[in-house]
Parts: sequence; C-alpha cells; structure tokens
Amino acid sequence: MTIQFKDETFRDDYTFSNSDWAIKRFPFPFHEDSYMYAVNMEQHRGGPDGSVYEKRFDVDEHYVSEMRDRAMVLADDPLRCQSLPHMTLAGWDLLELIMVSKSEDYPDLFELHRDGDQWHWINKPLGIDDKFTFLDETSLPYGPMEYITRQTQGDFCVLDQRDDNLWMDAGIVTTQADWSLDFDIGMNFFEWHAPVPLAHEKGIFVRALKFLLNIQQGAPARRLNWTMTVNPLLDTSPENYHKWGIQKTSLTPENIGQKQHLRVELQTFFRLPRSNALVFPIRAYLASFDDLMTVPKWGRRLHRVIRDLPEELATYKGFIDNRPMMLDYLSRYDDGKPTSDGIWPNLDTDPPRD
Amino acid sequence: MSKFEFPEAIKSRPTYGTLEARPGKAHLFVADAEGAEAIIDLAKADSGLMAKSHVIYIPKDTGDKFVSQLQDLGINQLYVGPSFEAAQTRLQRSLADAHMGLQVYLCGTEGLMGQAQRDAMAAGIPHTAIQTEHRGSVARRMQCVHCKGITEDVMTDPFVCSHCGLNLFVRDHYSRRLAAFQGVCIDAEDPGNVPPSAELYS
Amino acid sequence: MSGAEKINVTVSAVVPLNELVTRFEFKRTDGALFPTFSGGAHTVVEMKDDGLTRLNPYSLMSDPQDQQTYAISVRRDDEGRGGSLFMHNNVKVGDAMVVSNPVNLFSLDLRAKKHLMIAGGIGITPFMAQIKQLDRAHGNWELHYATRNAALGTYVDELTSTHPNDVHIYYDDDKNFIDLENLLDGQPLGTHIYVCGPKGMIDWVRGKTAELGWPLESVHYEEFLAPQPGKPFEVKLSISNKTIQVGENESLLEALEREGVDAPYLCRGGACGQCETSVIGYDGKFLHMDHWLEDDEKASGTKIMPCVSRFEGKTLVLDR
Ligand code: HEM
Ligand code: FES
Repeated sequence: MTIQFKDETFRDDYTFSNSDWAIKRFPFPFHEDSYMYAVNMEQHRGGPDGSVYEKRFDVDEHYVSEMRDRAMVLADDPLRCQSLPHMTLAGWDLLELIMVSKSEDYPDLFELHRDGDQWHWINKPLGIDDKFTFLDETSLPYGPMEYITRQTQGDFCVLDQRDDNLWMDAGIVTTQADWSLDFDIGMNFFEWHAPVPLAHEKGIFVRALKFLLNIQQGAPARRLNWTMTVNPLLDTSPENYHKWGIQKTSLTPENIGQKQHLRVELQTFFRLPRSNALVFPIRAYLASFDDLMTVPKWGRRLHRVIRDLPEELATYKGFIDNRPMMLDYLSRYDDGKPTSDGIWPNLDTDPPRD
Repeated sequence: MSKFEFPEAIKSRPTYGTLEARPGKAHLFVADAEGAEAIIDLAKADSGLMAKSHVIYIPKDTGDKFVSQLQDLGINQLYVGPSFEAAQTRLQRSLADAHMGLQVYLCGTEGLMGQAQRDAMAAGIPHTAIQTEHRGSVARRMQCVHCKGITEDVMTDPFVCSHCGLNLFVRDHYSRRLAAFQGVCIDAEDPGNVPPSAELYS
Repeated sequence: MSGAEKINVTVSAVVPLNELVTRFEFKRTDGALFPTFSGGAHTVVEMKDDGLTRLNPYSLMSDPQDQQTYAISVRRDDEGRGGSLFMHNNVKVGDAMVVSNPVNLFSLDLRAKKHLMIAGGIGITPFMAQIKQLDRAHGNWELHYATRNAALGTYVDELTSTHPNDVHIYYDDDKNFIDLENLLDGQPLGTHIYVCGPKGMIDWVRGKTAELGWPLESVHYEEFLAPQPGKPFEVKLSISNKTIQVGENESLLEALEREGVDAPYLCRGGACGQCETSVIGYDGKFLHMDHWLEDDEKASGTKIMPCVSRFEGKTLVLDR
C-alpha cells in the first residue's frame, strides 16, 4: 500500500494520532501477562507482512511530521546530535546502510543511484534530491550520520567497538525516554546503563554485551523496550524535563484514555562494515490507551502487566505516581479471560471482550 | 590521614584507588589541596620516583600547608599554581610533548581529577591507565542537564545551578567527557516544592 | 544458524607468491557485490575435503573497499591438520567455494594518533588490508615486518615500492631483527601498536610494552591459532542426546557440526568466546588451547572452547 503521510504535531497542540492501520501494526511489547527485564533479543530478518518488523527501517504515516519535529529539536539544541572525530567513517557506513535499505525496501519513496563514489539520493516524501561524493564530507550539508538520520525515524546511537566493550561515541537523540546523549557520549555499555535498576544484578547487561559484540555483518538483531509518556511528546529529554515534567500531573480519569501513551521502542542492531562499529537505531512508537483498548487481548494484558510490575521499574520509568489512575482505567478492560502467547493482536482467535 | 570511603554506587560513578609507582620513564602528577598528601606518601614508598616526576599542584584552600613538604621531596619539576584553569595550558603542553609510557597520577578532589583525566584522555591515554586517589573534600563538579552550565564544588543536595538558577538534585551518573556529575531539576513536577538542602554524605 | 553469514564464491585466481604462500582470489557466484569490511577482518573458508568439512579462518588482505574481489593468502603448513594443504593442493581457478561474511577481531583503534604495526611472517596479511584502509583516511602508520629471508618475504616488494618510508623489513637470515626497545621508546602519546605473527613475537611485544608502561588498551594482537591435531576422543552430548567421536584431524567443533549439532562460532581460533560450552562432567584432562577462558576457568573443568581445545581421558559430557 502507499503510505498516507500525516501532517501532525508532537508538542503544543499535540495533533498526533494513529490510523487504524497504525494501531493494528503497533509493536505491542508484552508477549505474556507479566514483564521483567531480560536479554530479549532475536534476529532482525523481516517479519509478518505489514508489521513494523518487515523492513530494515520501518517508514510509517508519521514519517514526515516526525522529521519536522526532529529538525525543530535540533534547531533548539544542536547538542542532540554529536559524533566524536573517529566516528565519521561509521557515519558513512550508516548512511550507506540506510540509503541502500530504504531504496530497496521502499522503491516508490526512495531512490539511490550509484556510479562509483558519485551518489544520487532521492527522498520523495521529504522532497530531497541530492548528489554527493561518497566519503567526502564536503559534498553534504551535514556530517553523514546527521544527514541521513534527519531523514530517518528514530534515534540512533553509533557505538565504537574496542577493548571488549561498546562506546557511545556518536548519535542523534531527539525522541528519547529521558536520557541525554550530550551527557552519555563517550561512555561504555555498563556506564550508560548505570541508572537502570535490577538489570545489572541479574547479569543482563553482561550477557547482552557478549551478544552485541558478536553481532555480524549481514545478521542484524532486534528487541523491544517500552515506557509510558503523557501526551504524544516525542522529545521527553532530560534537557527539557523542567518544561515537560509538569505534563505528567495533567492526567485525570476523564482524559487518561487519550493522554496516556504507551511508548514502545523497536531497537535494532547492525554491524557496520567499514568501521566495525555497531549502530543501534531506537525507533519510538506511540499509542494512546484508547488506541490500545481496541484490541481486547492488549487491554487485558496491559492491565495485568502494569498491575504486577515491580515498583523499581514503575519508578524508573517515571509513572509510579500515575499507576493507580492507570489501573482504574485499565481494569475496566480486563474481563479476566485468558490471553494468547505472543505480541500479535489475534483479533480473530482471542475471545472478544465481555 | 584517613580517606573518605565512598558508598557503593552505580557503575558510571568513578571509583578511586591508592597511587602506586608504575614502570615508566616519565611521571606526571596533578594534585589539589590534600592531594599533596598522596604524593608525599608515594614519595616515601618509592624514593627514586620524584626525580623523574613533574608535579602540578593547586593548593586551593590549604594555602601553604603542604608546599614546603612537596619542595623537600626532590621533585624534578614542581609547579604550584592558583587554580586548575590557570594550570591547564601547562598540563596540555606537557601532554602534547609526552611519549608512550608516560604515567599519570591524579590526587585530590573529584573535580580536579576529573578535569585532568579529561586532558590526559584527549592526549591518548585510556582512562583505565590513569591512576587516581581521592583526598580532601567530597564536593562535586556538577553539570546542569538543562542549561549545560557547570557548577563547581557543590557540597549540598539539592543545589541551585549557578548559571540558570534551577533547583537541581545531585545524581551519581557521571560523565568522564564532561568531568562532571549530572544535576536534574527537582521540582519540575511540583514547581516550588524544593526539599531543604542537605550536605552530601551527611 | 551458527557462525557468520555465508557467501557463495568462485575461485578467480590462484597466485603462488613463494615456496610457501599462495594467494587465492574469489568472486561472488551470484555476480553481486561483496560487502565492504574493516582492515583486520577475517573470513571463514569452507573446504570440502574428502567427506570432511573444514572451516578455516583467513585474514582478508584485499582492499576493504573493493567489492569485486576478496583475497586471502595461505601459508602451507605441512605439519597441520591439512586445511592449508587442501587449499594449496586442491583448490583451482573456477572452483565453487563458500566463505563467510567478514568478522573483525583485530580492528584498528580509529582514535589512535599513530598506528605502529609489527608483523611476523604470514602475520602480514591483516596489515595489507589495514594499510589500504589507513591510506584512504590519510592515517599515520608505520610497519615493521620481520620474515625469514627475501625469498619468503611475502608482499615485501609491493609494500616497499608503494610505501618506501613507512615500511621497514627485517630478514632473520641476515641477523637483522626489530630493535623493539628502541622502536617503542619515544613513540608519541596516543600511539597504538598492533602485532600479528607467531606466539613468541606477540609475547615479546606484550611483555616489552608492559615493561615500558604502555597501557594494555594500546596493544592489539592477533595470533593465528589453528586447531591442532590430537588423539581421538569421545564426547557425550546431553541436550542432543548423542555420543560422538572426535577424530585425530578434526576439532571438537567440526565433529559437532558433522553430527548436525548446532554449535555457535565466529573465529574458530579460540579468540572470540562465541563457542564457549559448559562441561557437565568429565574424567580425564583438558587440553585448553584458546585465548578466551581465564586460567581459573580452564582449571575449573567447567568450560571448553570446542573450536581449538581437546580432551584426553575416559568421559566428557557437554551441554550441547
Ligand atoms: C548497544 C546498544 C544499546 C544502547 C546504545 C542502549 C542505550 C540505553 C540507554 C541510553 C538507556 C537509558 C539509561 C538511563 O536511564 O539513562 C537504556 C536503558 C535500558 N537498556 Fe539499553 N542500550 C543498548 C542495548 C541494550 C540491550 C541489548 C539490552 C538488553 C537487555 C538493553 C537493556 C536496557 C534496559 C532494560 C534499559 C532500561 C529501560 C527501561 O526500563 O525503560 N539495552 N539503554
Ligand atoms: S569460535 Fe571463537 S573462541 Fe571458539
């Protein structure tokens, strides 16, 4: 199908909304009725037709508006995009990976024509048509990483691999769940994960790192992570927390269905060939509670997960104060019936809601 | 001299050891205030070391207390300066000229060690190869995550950002690149509701 | 799926370089482009040797940007288990083979202010690709290459003619050795050193740099570990519920693969940790050959790296 790009906002008047198509393909992150941190990684080699797993870099109806929001964030705060000097080669690797993937996966939207190092890139949704010389920084308006990620949904961390660790030495981060690239840049895997509760003690990061260090060219991986956001605000940054934090107190029993969003990150991992770096795209999807309740299985499951979530996690994810109100809302959608395994909606096979 | 035992904290928070003499032709020390005592202790343990050493020392509020003791150690090159900022170009110049095998020793407050470590890393020494020993004040160098301004020598939690004036709480999350801990607005969700400040580690 | 992704290739050139070393070049059978790679990467070459499948890692020595051709250089090892002999004796232009996607366990530290390379013998191969990568990036590098004599000096002519100032050659037979202490002395802060060659050379460089106070992170090495032949032994596999025999000339990993047991790997040379396997029980002695396990892990008898390590004794039960 051709995608109808929406004209919408992720701030101020918050006109963001999901179409039915976007709701049905929403990456619901819970495969069972409870949740705990785990080394939940699998191969990223496609998925069911139309799902967010199908393409290497998913493009959806929010694409054009998300890119506009990113440009606004960067204009306010250029430190959201940084690349230490030794990461330029990895930036070119990333540019190549995205241009090749998107032009192959969405030939009607993106075109890449290569003649040696003379490249011609056409991005129809954003109206971009640029010719440049591959590996020549002077031929692009931004550095290679910034150039391509201003045209790709999701945040990107580019990790240098050395000394049996990964180092966050480059990235563009404008749709984050409350962490700062400017602060974390230069840290290693254990350091940037330092604030996460429980997972260090469970040995999750040691095992996850071993897995990541061995990710090979041509064999990308993925996982889902999630949190909660009040209003469809993409830029929940620590930088602006003193401005948006107050919105968390604006929930009422009347507006929670529209205002409270489940925020899911589709995180993927690709080995970059020329630099041996690893790229970590973090693609955020938002769905309001009202959106999610259209799928009976998700309604039941979300209630059970949020109800039983350990306090440490609800605190870390920043919704401990709002949890009682969420549960009041969610419990109305949990009729106690069983749920099927896995994340898919299963509208035809799971029981209808009472 | 007793040393402060920092409680166990998250993995980005630096930890400090006790300086020991390492093999190498050249040795560079950067110290402030009570950090001088760590050098004096090391000189006692290894008498030959000081003749191969360059020491950059910032007395801060200890004044002359340790200066004459340092002068008696037979240090090859001793510089006593008024502030880290004043000494920084000197440090960078020494690093620019240095060769592989240079040993770097940092001692004193976290703020000083962090900033000197940053310069040493920029010159190509991995942070794990730089020795550190904490002495003296437990004050922290804080970055305001909102305005990015640095507030030096923070002794209380919460504190007021010296640049933008927001009330910030003191996190253990630490950036070597910024040589600073992170300060985050404490009353964002309830403006004006700021708990009373308490001294760090009190 | 275990190991790196596979690529079908056709042998496009077999170029003997001297008495011991031959270069093999590959083109993709499907006519598509090879992936680019980073200097220091290896590929795992699959050899069908008389019913036995061998998988040997070789450093890619072609230009990392060249997507038309991959090249490796193989030194004939008359003592080994026969992988290199198979390449030398059986592989001809036009043969179909299978290689893996590149994997890099010996990559450049791109922050280095200077790259100091030390090669011994066939250890020159990863540097061939790294030098091409650095030349393109205007990197600051210097190579010190020790080999037996001019006749066995693989790629000496090519290197010295293209980089007369940066390449330094040492012939053992001329009693011309690398003056390491002098070489290390005075290197600018931020230099990284890379060593590839025989174990003795690696130990020498690691020892000397430590003595002179170089940080561990500034010293990089790649040792070519080929699985060694040894006495046959028997292994019980608890998950797949099988008992298998490991032959004299195959590794434990190869025996697992022959029996269709899915066993992970990357380097097949005891360096990456990917094949680590838990030992459930044993009566006998381990011949640990890897660089991965710590000494206490080796002594504990709870882990083995099947790509290079072996066992002698009555019983060995593995968690596979
Ligand atoms: C190399 C790629 C990765 C990057 C760049 C990355 C980055 C981050 C960052 C910046 C945070 C926020 C930490 C904070 O509070 O300041 C985070 C959280 C977290 N990460 Fe990662 N991460 C990566 C891979 C992984 C993997 C493979 C796992 C697998 C288990 C993982 C598990 C987690 C968990 C459990 C959290 C807490 C999330 C929450 O509860 O909302 N991360 N990560
Ligand atoms: S496969 Fe790499 S250590 Fe065994």
